[in-house]
Amino acid sequence: MKRALTRIAPPVVTFVVGVLLAEWLIRALDVSPLILPRPSAVWAAATGEAASLLPALGATAQAVLIGLALSSTLGVAAAVALAASPWIQRAFYPYAIFFQIVPIVAIAPLLVIWFGYGPRAVVAAALVVSIFPVIANTLAGLLSVDPALRDLFRLYGASGFATLWKLRLPWALPYLLTGLRIAAGLAVIGAIVGEFVGGGGLGVLVLGAMRQQRTDLVFAAVAYASLLGLALFAAVGLASRIALRHWHASETER
Amino acid sequence: MGRGVAFALEGVHRSFRSEAEGEVVALAGIDLAVAAGAFVALLGPSGCGKSTLLRLVAGLDRPERGVVRGIERGPGGASATRARSEGAARAESGTAPVAMVFQDAHLLPWRDVLANAALPLELLGLPAAERRRLAEETLVQVGLADALRRHPGELSGGMRMRVSLARALVTRPRLLLLDEPFAALDELTRMALDDELRRLWRAAGITVLFVTHSIAEAAYLAERVVVLSRRPARVVLDHALALPAERTAALRAEPGFARELGVLHEALRRGAALA
Repeated sequence: MKRALTRIAPPVVTFVVGVLLAEWLIRALDVSPLILPRPSAVWAAATGEAASLLPALGATAQAVLIGLALSSTLGVAAAVALAASPWIQRAFYPYAIFFQIVPIVAIAPLLVIWFGYGPRAVVAAALVVSIFPVIANTLAGLLSVDPALRDLFRLYGASGFATLWKLRLPWALPYLLTGLRIAAGLAVIGAIVGEFVGGGGLGVLVLGAMRQQRTDLVFAAVAYASLLGLALFAAVGLASRIALRHWHASETER
Repeated sequence: MGRGVAFALEGVHRSFRSEAEGEVVALAGIDLAVAAGAFVALLGPSGCGKSTLLRLVAGLDRPERGVVRGIERGPGGASATRARSEGAARAESGTAPVAMVFQDAHLLPWRDVLANAALPLELLGLPAAERRRLAEETLVQVGLADALRRHPGELSGGMRMRVSLARALVTRPRLLLLDEPFAALDELTRMALDDELRRLWRAAGITVLFVTHSIAEAAYLAERVVVLSRRPARVVLDHALALPAERTAALRAEPGFARELGVLHEALRRGAALA
């Protein structure tokens, strides 16, 4: 309990002091609310406009979750396929890197052309930006399986499927979870960029607020999106701790 | 497999291609026959090809020249590489001819002690209840009756090694291969496990091939010590130890033991000077 407090207290204090300082500075320097609204104004927008912010958050969260579910299943499947042979890896891995370097802003319109306006394009955008860390990390895990354990499985005549299911996938789990933690943050970015073009969610709300020069509402929407990313990050962290609770400390620090 | 020879290597040659050193000859014409029920220690300097030899005997690797005989030829015995085709026959008994213990415990960290020890039976396709019963029985034998539900991360190095030993013994193998199994443990734990292994060997009547680079451990454990030279490995000395079957800590202080240590030491030195 005391340890939890000493970990949580410093960032909370930083946040409170920072908010108070911003509030005072913006008032003292008389900054236009169009440029930089006071934290109290952002808070007022975040609570006052909750009726439009919450459904938008819901839509974005849904797209992010579906996108993440798809990128983790497809990413793991791709990693398993890539790990099957060094030749497959050499032939296809360079193209998997495409997902990492592709500028999502540039291909979001393409996704709208393919999937139409609406949530499907948004899910696709979240998927495209979040799949690479899943593929890369899972692949690293699958390839790092202890050679002695491979020998052991061979010694008892384990089939390829048994080796995958009982050795290689569980072995890669800590790696996958690390990839998923990175993917969670990226999926939120992908979904919001997707919404800029494909419509819906917090992305559209940000655009609308910008056109109405409601900078306070833009900030409020950004805060909601950040909280979504934070919540996902924490959820993956919690899942890791539960899934890896038996692993030795040295084995989880990857 | 009955009496006679457990396995034999005839003119076995194995080399590897390494990035740094090019062609590396690990084994250069090894001849070695081991009688069923024997406890043989394979003594040699680090990196001399002892592990390579062990993997060849296990059927995990093939020699470039020469033959590995034994385990795969025995009546009813399946070679490790042919294990799958005969899996059905062995699934009923849950036995495998060869088992291996590695330098570290190499357990699955996500499985508890019981499930780790039962892994070979699971891979052989034994029903769950049967697996559990046999694994529990074996874990009791190695003194882990109270740790069945604990996970490797919660165990000491010595206990993890005991689980590893149980995992090897659970299939009631005829040949047990150990690759410097206790090298990473502290001296006291190591001696305790040495005694345990001797006891298990005498009780089960299996053949043991024990790889080590410790002269004292080889002399204390084995009936026969084969000393290998530096890479490329050749047999420098094949020596039957003149020591009593009953091995206790007191043996280490006896002149007969010291004499055997001297013989092995001399052979190791000769092996290091070769090549």
